[in-house]
Formats: sequence, C-alpha cells, structure tokens
Amino acid sequence: MGDRGGGCCPPMDLFRSEAMQLVQLIIPMESAHLTVSYLGDLGLIQFKDLNSDKSPFQRTYAAQIKRCGEMARKLRFFKEQMLKAGFSPSAKSLGETNIGFDDLEVKLGELEAELVEMNANGDKLQRGYNELLEYKLVLQKAGEFFTSAQRSATAQQREMESQQMGDQTLETPLLHEQETTTDLSKQVKLGFITGLVPREKSMAFERILFRATRGNVFLKQVPAEEPITDPVSGEKMEKNVFVVFYSGERAKNKILKICEAFGANRYPFAEDLGKQALMITEVSGRISELKTTIDAGLLQRDNLLRTIGDQFEQWNLKVKTEKSIYHTLNMLSLDVTKKCLVAEGWSPVFATKQIQEALQRAAFDSNSQVGAIFQVLHTRESPPTYFRTNKFTSAFQEIVDAYGVAKYQEANPGVYTIVTFPFLFAVMFGDWGHGICLLLATLYFIVREKKLSSQKLGDITEMTFGGRYVIMMMSLFSIYTGLVYNEFFSVPFELFGRSAYACRDLSCRDATTVGLIKVRDTYPFGVDPAWHGSRSELPFLNSLKMKMSILLGVAQMNLGIILSYFNAIFFRNSLNVWFQFIPQMIFLNSLFGYLSFLIIVKWCTGSQADLYHILIYMFLSPTDELGENQLFPGQKITQQVLLLLALVSVPWMLLPKPFLLKRQHENRHQGQSYAPLESTDETLLSVANNDSHGHDHEEFEFSEVFVHQLIHTIEFVLGAVSNTASYLRLWALSLAHSELSVVFYEKVLLLAWGYNNIIILIVGIIVFIFATVGVLLIMETLSAFLHALRLHWVEFQNKFYEGDGYKFYPFSFALLDDEDD
Amino acid sequence: MYGFEAMTFNIHGGYLEAIVRGHRAGLLTAADYNNLCQCETLDDIKMHLSATEYGPYLQNEPSPLHTTTIVEKCTLKLVDEYKHMLCQATEPLSTFLEYITYGHMIDNVVLIVTGTLHERDVQELLEKCHPLGMFDSIATLAVAQNMRELYRLVLVDTPLAPYFSECITSEDLDDMNIEIMRNTLYNAYLEDFYKFCQKLGGATAEIMSDLLAFEADRRAVNITINSIGTELTRDDRRKLYSNFGLLYPYGHEELAVCEDIDQVRAVMEKYPPYQSIFSKLSYGESQMLDKAFYEEEVKRLCLAFEQQFHYGVFFAYMRLREQEIRNLMWISECVAQNQKSRVHDSVVFIF
Repeated sequence: MGDRGGGCCPPMDLFRSEAMQLVQLIIPMESAHLTVSYLGDLGLIQFKDLNSDKSPFQRTYAAQIKRCGEMARKLRFFKEQMLKAGFSPSAKSLGETNIGFDDLEVKLGELEAELVEMNANGDKLQRGYNELLEYKLVLQKAGEFFTSAQRSATAQQREMESQQMGDQTLETPLLHEQETTTDLSKQVKLGFITGLVPREKSMAFERILFRATRGNVFLKQVPAEEPITDPVSGEKMEKNVFVVFYSGERAKNKILKICEAFGANRYPFAEDLGKQALMITEVSGRISELKTTIDAGLLQRDNLLRTIGDQFEQWNLKVKTEKSIYHTLNMLSLDVTKKCLVAEGWSPVFATKQIQEALQRAAFDSNSQVGAIFQVLHTRESPPTYFRTNKFTSAFQEIVDAYGVAKYQEANPGVYTIVTFPFLFAVMFGDWGHGICLLLATLYFIVREKKLSSQKLGDITEMTFGGRYVIMMMSLFSIYTGLVYNEFFSVPFELFGRSAYACRDLSCRDATTVGLIKVRDTYPFGVDPAWHGSRSELPFLNSLKMKMSILLGVAQMNLGIILSYFNAIFFRNSLNVWFQFIPQMIFLNSLFGYLSFLIIVKWCTGSQADLYHILIYMFLSPTDELGENQLFPGQKITQQVLLLLALVSVPWMLLPKPFLLKRQHENRHQGQSYAPLESTDETLLSVANNDSHGHDHEEFEFSEVFVHQLIHTIEFVLGAVSNTASYLRLWALSLAHSELSVVFYEKVLLLAWGYNNIIILIVGIIVFIFATVGVLLIMETLSAFLHALRLHWVEFQNKFYEGDGYKFYPFSFALLDDEDD
Repeated sequence: MYGFEAMTFNIHGGYLEAIVRGHRAGLLTAADYNNLCQCETLDDIKMHLSATEYGPYLQNEPSPLHTTTIVEKCTLKLVDEYKHMLCQATEPLSTFLEYITYGHMIDNVVLIVTGTLHERDVQELLEKCHPLGMFDSIATLAVAQNMRELYRLVLVDTPLAPYFSECITSEDLDDMNIEIMRNTLYNAYLEDFYKFCQKLGGATAEIMSDLLAFEADRRAVNITINSIGTELTRDDRRKLYSNFGLLYPYGHEELAVCEDIDQVRAVMEKYPPYQSIFSKLSYGESQMLDKAFYEEEVKRLCLAFEQQFHYGVFFAYMRLREQEIRNLMWISECVAQNQKSRVHDSVVFIF
C-alpha cells in the first residue's frame, strides 16, 4: 500500500498526508554528531529508538548527556543568580564566534567557580556586616536599658543610703556592714547575656528560660523597630533585643544552650558607659568599612553577571541543541564494527534530496573519508501522518487531530473542516452585529500576531490566539448568516431594499403577518424584516431553520460517505465500495435524501403538504393514498421504490462483506501454504526486514468480523436517523441565540430607554453590554463552537474517518524551545 | 456513620484523596528499581531519577553527589507533599495527618537526647533529624538532664506530652532508659492513634486498625527479640506491648516469657498472618526478619488503596514513600560502596 497515490484525484497537500518512507542512514562515527546536527536543522526526519531495551545510562552517549545536564544546571544557576541580582538575560545575542562544546563546558565551569567564590566571599562579608548591624543594635538598645536601670538603681541606692545613714547609729554592729558588702559583691557576680532573638520565638524563649532556671532569671526584651537581616540565614526578620541576668555557672550554661537552640545571637556587652560609647563608634566605623567592601564586591559580581547575561541565551540554546543531538545519537544503534552508527527513521518522500544533501555536507564538513549511506527500507509498518500545514490551516487541522490523528494517507476531513466548521458555527451564531464584534476581537490578534506569538500569554488567551484564524472564519461566516437571518443585535435592517410587505390597515403591525399584503418584489436577500416582531415570526423562522438544518445535515453526511468512497478507491478496497459505500448512499438518500428533496419541492411550489405525515406514513402504510400531501405526480410509487431500496440496502451492508472477506483470506492463505517453495531472495529479505514488525496476515476470526460488521451496520442504520436528528441542534442553538439577544435588547435596553431617565439608561446600557459580551459573545460562542465540533467529530467523521494514525514528530531544533518550557 | 462515607466524604476529603492517589501513581515501580539496581555510579542514579517525580528536586545538584544528598532531596519532596496536604486538610483529616508525624517526633526526641548524652553537637544532630518530626523547641532538648526535666522544659508544649505521663521518672537519662522511653512513648502513641481512628469510624477505622495492629505486633516482636539477654524484666517487657493488635492479649503473655528467637517463632506461628513471614526464615535467623516484615507491611499498605473514602490512604502513602526512600538510600549506598551484590538484600519492591 501506499507509496504511489491513487491516480483518481489530483495531488492535494492537505487531503492526503505526505508520502513517507522508512529510511536507514549508516553514519560513520566521526561525522555522526555533525550529521545529526544538520538533520536537526533540517527537521524532516523522525528517528526511531533502536535501543529501547537499554536504560538511559547504558547507552552510548550517556556520558555526554550527563555533561549536558551538568551544563544546563550551571546555566540555571546563572539564571537564578541573574534574577536575584535583578537582571534579565538579554534576548539579543551578540554576534560572535561560535564556541565549541568542550570550550563552552570549560568556560561555564570557570564562570561558575568564579561566581561561587564571589558569592562565598560576598556572603562572608555580608554575614559579618549583618552581625555588626545586630551588634550595634544590641549596644544601643541594651545601653538604653542599662542607663535607665542604672538611673533607677542609683536613685534606689541613694534612698537606701539615706536610710542607712539614718540608721547608722553607734549600735550598728560591725558585722552588718560586712554583710552588706558581701551582698554587694554577690550582686556584682550576677552575670548577664545580651543578644537578639527572633520575635515570633520570643515568647517561647522566655517561657523555656523561665522553666529551665525555675524562674531565677531576669529577662528584659526590647523590640527592634525595623526588620533585621539574620546573619545566618540571610533573611529579613523581626527581632527582639534581650538582656538576661542570671546567677551561677549552671544557669549560664543552660541559658547558653537555650540561646543556641532558639537561634538567638549573643553579643558581648560592656557595663561601663565609656566602653560602650567606644564600642559603638568602633562598630560604626567597621560597618562603614565593610559596606564599601561589599559594594565593591557587588559591583564586580554584577559585571560578571552582565557579561554572562549577554551570552546566556546563546549558550542555553547551544546546550539544548547539544543535549537533543546526543539524545538522538543515543537512539541509533552501534554497528558491529563500532565504526558507524545505524539510524532508522521516517521522513517524507519529498525530503529525500534535502536529507541526502545534508548528509553530504556533513561528511564534507567533518572531513570524513566515507560519506553517510542513505537507503530506503521497505516495511509494512504504518508510517506516521504528516500534513504540511501553515498558520491558517494548522488550527483547523488541530480540531481534527484532537479527535484522532488521521491514518496514514487517509482522506483528511481537515480540508472540509476549514469551510464547514465555521459555517455550521455561524448557522448557530447568526447575527452580523455579534459577528462584527468577534471579527474585531480576532483582527486584533491577527494584526498583532508577530508580537503576540513571541511572548507568553495566559492560558485562555493562548488558546484564543492559537485559534485566531478559526475565529476569524467563524465571525465572517456569522456575519453572512446574520445577514441571511437579518439580525443585528436582534434588530432587523432593511439593507437590501424595502420590505416586500405593507400593512393593509394601521393595526396590523404587531399582530400577525396575515394582515400584510405584498406590495413589492420579494425581499432580495435573507429574511424579510417585516417578519420581525410579528406573532408568526417564530413559526416561520423555526420551520425555515429546521428544514435548513436537515438540508445541511444530509449534505454533510453525504459528503462523509463520499469521502469513504475516495478512501476505498485510494486503498484499492473494492469491497468497501460495493458493500459499504453504495448501500450506505442508497439507505441515507432514500430516506433523508428524499426528505430533503421534499423540502426543496415544498419551498419551490409553496405547497401546504405535511412533510412529517408523508415521511411517517411512508413507513407505516406505504400503500395508502397521499391525498392532499401529494407534492408531485408519481410520488406514491417513488416512495414505495425508495422504501424497498432502503430495506434492501440493510442486508446488503451486513451480509456479503464478512463472507467475502473470509473467502479472500482463505484464498490468500491457500496461496501462502504453497508459496514458500517459489519464494525469491527478495521476499526472504523483506521478510527478514519485517520480522520485527509482526506478521502481516493475522488470524482471521470470522465471528469477530461478522459481529464487527453487524455493529457497523446497526450503527449506520440507527445513526442515519439519530444523526439527522442531531443536526437539528443547528436550529435549536440558532433559536436560543436569537431569542437571548431579543431578551437582552428588549428587556434591558428598550426598558431602560422607556424610563426617560439618563441614569437608568446608562445602567441599562452597561447591563446590556455586559450581557451581550458575557453571555452572547463568550458563552454562546463557546457553546456553538462545541456543537459545531460535535457535528464534525460524530456526525461527519464517523462516516469515513478512522483516525488511528500517529503524528510525525521530526527531530528539529526549531521545535526545541516549545518542548522545554 | 458506617457505610455512608461515600455520601459526605468528598466534601472535605475528596480533593486530598485525589491528590494522594495521584502521588501514589508517582511511586517508583519494579522496572524503575531494576534499572536503578543496574546503575554504576550515583550520577547514573540521578540520571534515572530525573525521569521520575524526583527530577525537579535533584536537577540542581552539582555533580559529585552523595548518598545523603539524594536521601535528603527525596525526603524534601515527601515533606513538601505532606505540607501541601496538611495545608489543605480540614478536621479531622488534619489531625490524622499530624498523627502520622508523631512517630518521627518520638524518634527525633530520642535521637537528640541520646546525642547530647554522648556529647554530640546539637546542630549536627538537628541535621540528622527527620524533617517531618520537627517542632519548634526541639533544639532545647539538649538542655534536659533527666526525664522530668525533659518533660517539664520542652515536651509539655508538644503533642507528645500526654504520652509522657507514663514514663516520667527522675532517673538520669542513660541508653537503657532512653530506649525504654522510646518504646513507652511509641506504645502510647500507637494506642492513641488507634483510639483516634476508632473514633473516626467507618472505613478509616477498619483499615487503620488493621495497619496499626500490624505495626503494634511488629513492635512487640522486635521488642521481644531485642530484649532477649538484657536485664529487662518480664513485667517491664509486657508493659511495652500495645493493648491492641492480633497478639493482644494471649500472644503478649507468651512473648513476654520468650528466651530466644525460636521461642518467638513458635509463638508467632500460631497466628496465620504471621506464619508466612516466619516460614520464609530459617531457624535461629533474625537478620532477614526486618525485610520480611517490611514486605508484608508494603503489601498491606498497597491494599489500603483498594478502598475509597477513608484516610488510610494518607497513612499508607506516607509509609510507602518512606519505604521508597529507604530503598533509594540502600541502593545508593550499595552503589557508592561498590557492593552491588548486596543491592537486593534490603530493597522492598512496592509495585
């Protein structure tokens, strides 16, 4: 199957996927890297993993991949550092010499070491600096505390002294004095620790101190006004300055341990006022000294980062491409002689020449003595599906691919989707006012396409942007259908001349159209505006849209069946033509094709016949007289014939195909059992080539095939009815859309207008705008989109589309960027 | 409300159950372990792990790796997941999740206390603590000299406080005391957890009681084996057994008087679920017992995922991840020390 296209139709790029071939490249070891890199630039070959049984680290180039990973890590480190320092890596790449992989590795290593060292130094300095800042704070706060405490203490002492002076009479024993002095000496021995503790921990800190020393401490805390950088962690946090007084060595040890446990930094503190002042000045001096050093260091670091930033993108790209090259090389299998690598992969047939050129170039550039060998392999494996889409068609192809990727070279519904999808959407979304709004929104995306595609967008915006051409088509078609329905935000306009009808008398306008008389020619395009607002508007539009939906549905389903014919012809499957396509065509058209015909006849003749009645009684009593429902002469006999045809086509679909398949299989099998004697080398070779791809002739299980065919037939027969009914959603959604816009227009805008109050009017307009945008433009678009999607996926594509292929993912550097982020 | 969890469970627990089941899907499979066991260097392990959920945690590690780094990063991932779940959880799931960490808390307390007893540096000890069992004032543990102080100073603020009520003595801490303390605490913790799960009722109670009973029985066996030949009296030994589980109460009576491993075996073989574990071991051997128990535990934990609408999956997931980290640690150690022949000794495949 497949290298040569079926001669039935002219080549269409999108209709059939590109012809693919399995190619084998035998690449000499020395030029392998360059070859793969050129092929990556070309981006038209999908390599097969020939080492899938090996784990990643057992492969040939695992070491290089590890090196790439290491380099990528360094680059991430640089990026992080740059972000911290507030630079962004500049997108412009400075034009400069192409740096080799090994040189780059060395360079990155050097830069990293340099940066790490700078950071370490900077951190050390910063830490010292922060410590000094904390120390200064402690000195200030504790100093304040000590002076205030001393002041109160001296006041107390003076009081005491004055008391003592009063008491000190002759009777005072000498011993007492001794006691007081010992008291004093004890007081002096009272030790203290000063430091800083994080504020959130201060309560727990106090509690634990209290518990650990059984209350034999005095703790004084003062909150520091502004957050301080912690020297150890380098984070800003709120802290308290504390002073703890204790007595005894054991208590001191405990307190020290607790301080440590709470991450409280301790600082020495002198009691002497003079010393304190001295220390403060000293600390301040050192702070300013350190500050200049740190600034100088930072400047140096910034310079380094800036130089890195200039080339960052380039390096990043280089590392990424290298990594992908080695990943690809890992997929190639090593030849027995270990002198060349064997690659297998899919490539489009048209790319053969380009690939060969790339191989030659690579062999030449790498001064290799032997060039790479390019040969096409024959295989029965199904090739990947590759459509050459452009920015306009890709979104439509995505819609089809979301259902299932086309089987290799089967008819691609994407071609028709480009027109039918927006059209079915527009049938449900018919309002040229809304269409224009949608068009303006999507034109914004299209005009700014270049700019927007290069930047990251939000999730939903991204999706809208991706589908901008789909939306553009949808809006254009909905302007068209809006003109047909004659709706502009539910207001009719007399765009194509005056209405054909005029009132017979003054009171007829609102009531019915019965009071109208035709005064001019028929309104030339679309629905006559006179229908709007009349009581018979709904019955009229419903009948119109319902019939239109059925016509569109039958047309699209017929197209689907015809495509199945093209597939059958293309894949040389005459069984499918005779026992699938033809009975299906007959069945669908003898029932619903006939209905469509009746609809058109009724429109043309203006007959009053009841189509429901005709269709239902065509089944129930085909022999009855039609009476007033007669639309054309010979209708009864036609109906009988059509019914008979439909009934015949069901067993036609069901029975012959499985039996014929069975016979085919038996014939082939018979042939095979005698064949091996005559088999030539060529077939042996091809068998040897294909043995990994499984046998082509699988077991033929008749019952399975029969059940499969049964299901298919039932599905088609029931589907013909239910799918036709399903197309009525076109009418239903279109009705919902127009009714909603009528509600918003009349119940909000006109109601607000009626109050003759400017504020109410403004509120009304605002509500109207929000309702229109939110409900009609966004939600209705979404729902109409989904229904159009369903009609394509289910009603249209189930007639012919297999969708069990797999996509072509070429190895290409251009695709690398999207992969990573 | 037994049997009606399905009606209301998803209101609060549905999201997290989905999350935890998603996490479970990320556990390493037998194929992963097979590949990991073939690694030649720690870099190979990193390379392989980078394709798993551990990737983001390991990718920024500079190349000469150490086993500790791998274990640390893998644990970090577990901790991150745990914290995320805890943040999202409402009562009573949040309490349930907290209960899971108490075991680590007890281990950490014991680690620090033992460490300070042997004059180790507190910071060094803190680094060794399991991050799931950290609490604010954990470093202060070093201050305590005896159990009473330990309780009064630090643990009174932690959730472990109620468990301590049973083991407050004024005795100075020594290795033996600490070990007894650990077991008493763990025992009290298991019983409390068990009661809590019973209170929750429904499928949670059903599944968790099975898992916790297994845990309690395993502890009983381990305590018995470890206390053979020590001066621990029979009564003391019996006090360390939990008041639930398959072995309670008759098995405990028998275990309490065991004098050697074969007697333990004789006792355990009376219980069908444990028969299979002991039948794998040859007589007089207790080396492989741990692995056998771990394998049984993993099997039971995996079964917890078969049922929906209960909290057991959270417990099971945390335990499975911990087992996975133990596996990774073992593999990394074997690779780092070139002992690849012993790789399979202690690795318990999860799937």
